Amino acid sequence: MLELRNVTAGYGAFTALWDVTLAVERGEAVAVVGPNGAGKTTLLRVISGVIAPRGGDFVFEDAPLGGRPAHEIVAHGIAHVPEGRRLFPALTVTENLKMGAFLRSARKDFRDSLERVYALFPVLAERHRQRAGSLSGGEQQMLAVGRALMSRPRLILFDEPSMGLAPVMVLRLFDLIRRVREEGYTILIVEQNVRQVLKLVDRAYLLEVGRVKMHGRAAELSEQDFVRKAYVGL
Amino acid sequence: MSATPGRIAFATVVAFLGIAPFLPMAGMKQYMLHVVIQIFIWTFIGQAWSLMGRFGLVSLGHGAFLGIGAYATTLLWNFYGLTPWIGSLVAVALAVVMAFLVAYPCSRFGIIGHYFALTTLAVGEVVRLLIIAERDWTGGSLGVTLKAAGDASFIALQYADKQVWYYVGLVLWLAGLWVWARLDRSMARAAMEAIGEDETAAASVGIRVTRFKLWLTVLSAALTALGGVAYAQYITYVNPETLSGIGVSLRIVFAVVLGGMYSLLGPTVGTALTIALSEWLRIVFGVKFIGMAETIYGLLLVIFIIFLPAGIYGSLADLVRRRRRPAAAPATA
Repeated sequence: MLELRNVTAGYGAFTALWDVTLAVERGEAVAVVGPNGAGKTTLLRVISGVIAPRGGDFVFEDAPLGGRPAHEIVAHGIAHVPEGRRLFPALTVTENLKMGAFLRSARKDFRDSLERVYALFPVLAERHRQRAGSLSGGEQQMLAVGRALMSRPRLILFDEPSMGLAPVMVLRLFDLIRRVREEGYTILIVEQNVRQVLKLVDRAYLLEVGRVKMHGRAAELSEQDFVRKAYVGL
Repeated sequence: MSATPGRIAFATVVAFLGIAPFLPMAGMKQYMLHVVIQIFIWTFIGQAWSLMGRFGLVSLGHGAFLGIGAYATTLLWNFYGLTPWIGSLVAVALAVVMAFLVAYPCSRFGIIGHYFALTTLAVGEVVRLLIIAERDWTGGSLGVTLKAAGDASFIALQYADKQVWYYVGLVLWLAGLWVWARLDRSMARAAMEAIGEDETAAASVGIRVTRFKLWLTVLSAALTALGGVAYAQYITYVNPETLSGIGVSLRIVFAVVLGGMYSLLGPTVGTALTIALSEWLRIVFGVKFIGMAETIYGLLLVIFIIFLPAGIYGSLADLVRRRRRPAAAPATA
């Protein structure tokens, strides 16, 4: 479904990603893990169209999307839950969701999408007239995910969703992503919380200083001594 | 039907329109007429400014577009005899180019908020200094008078009769209201609000941030240039201090902030009050305290931004709204 072949990217003279090759199959949940500064966020920025790759191919459902602007990427069916949620705090819950369906292609299905999001997260329906900024942290996370679903994507990118959440909230967050997955969406998630995310996904890539150091099935990867010691802390 | 602020505003405009055409005939004094015309024209300019201002694109250099509009038509008429009807199109085109040159790099390289305001401030000053420096053409800081074309000339767009300008002003004011209301109901408003709140989030849902900001800046600049043309044709004299630079740019901002930039009639109320205030200060202080008016403006601006950020009109409208629906304001715990 999504395929990156030998992607190189960076900022100015600095190269953050070297020769990254990565694939996500339809219906899969895939994680990209690695320490700070490994290039995880840069990778997502390339996929969501914030920066253009310097080299390599980026193909989504047979469409070459490397270097296309962000709005075109969204239109092709890739939604992005940005780091730190990034809601519109002064807008209501419904208005936030409406913005998620901003693209013309998504606007005509607005009613239907809205019902689906409310069915998935009933608490958002209860609070639909409340300002996003007044929701609890967990509700805001649901809203951020709901807003991404409104563009009717087939692939959802999660950028460090557990960042800044209390441990108990992190567990709930991964529950929430699991529910999204069960709805049939394909998921690519970038995470530092390696232990939790490996329980959620099918496969994972380990990124280190801009290169793919290891990849494989999540269960196998979490058994590797190297990963356990370096990242899981067992 | 309940009296929401929107409906009240609409009813006020309609009621005013009912009597507006006859006002000058009711023996309005020339001085009063002059004040009202000024209010119409400067409100139009304030409305143009607020198209950007309400979405966080705070420009402190709208004098640049105003000056370009006023000087372009004036100089084209004086030197080439080109009618302001065409001259104004040239003026708008120049303002659009200028807006593009400022807005494109700014939105491309993420110059937003305070930095954007400072950039525009500099642009306004650059235009003022250019006008002064090119004194062979522009008359420098002494300004330049439009070549007279008789008491009433359609080609030159010069009319000594203030009644004509009253109607021109009225049409401009209505046009400004129309553009404002049109934008308010469009999808562009939603997009711009989202961009104003968080550019990254807006981009993540597929909003073309750069394009929307450019479009809005260009629209605002074009209308401001038109306002400059109208003012120059009415006064038949242009001067760098009254049409460009920091002073006039801040006056536009002040009027809109005072009235309220988030409501349809905000710029109108604000401009009417500032013009009334400056006329009153002029009469009270005369030439005794030069700069007193600016000092009072500055103080009021600070007070308003701190205590009434929605402006006089905006705050009143909010009050009405809250009175009507006390239960609708949810206590956010």
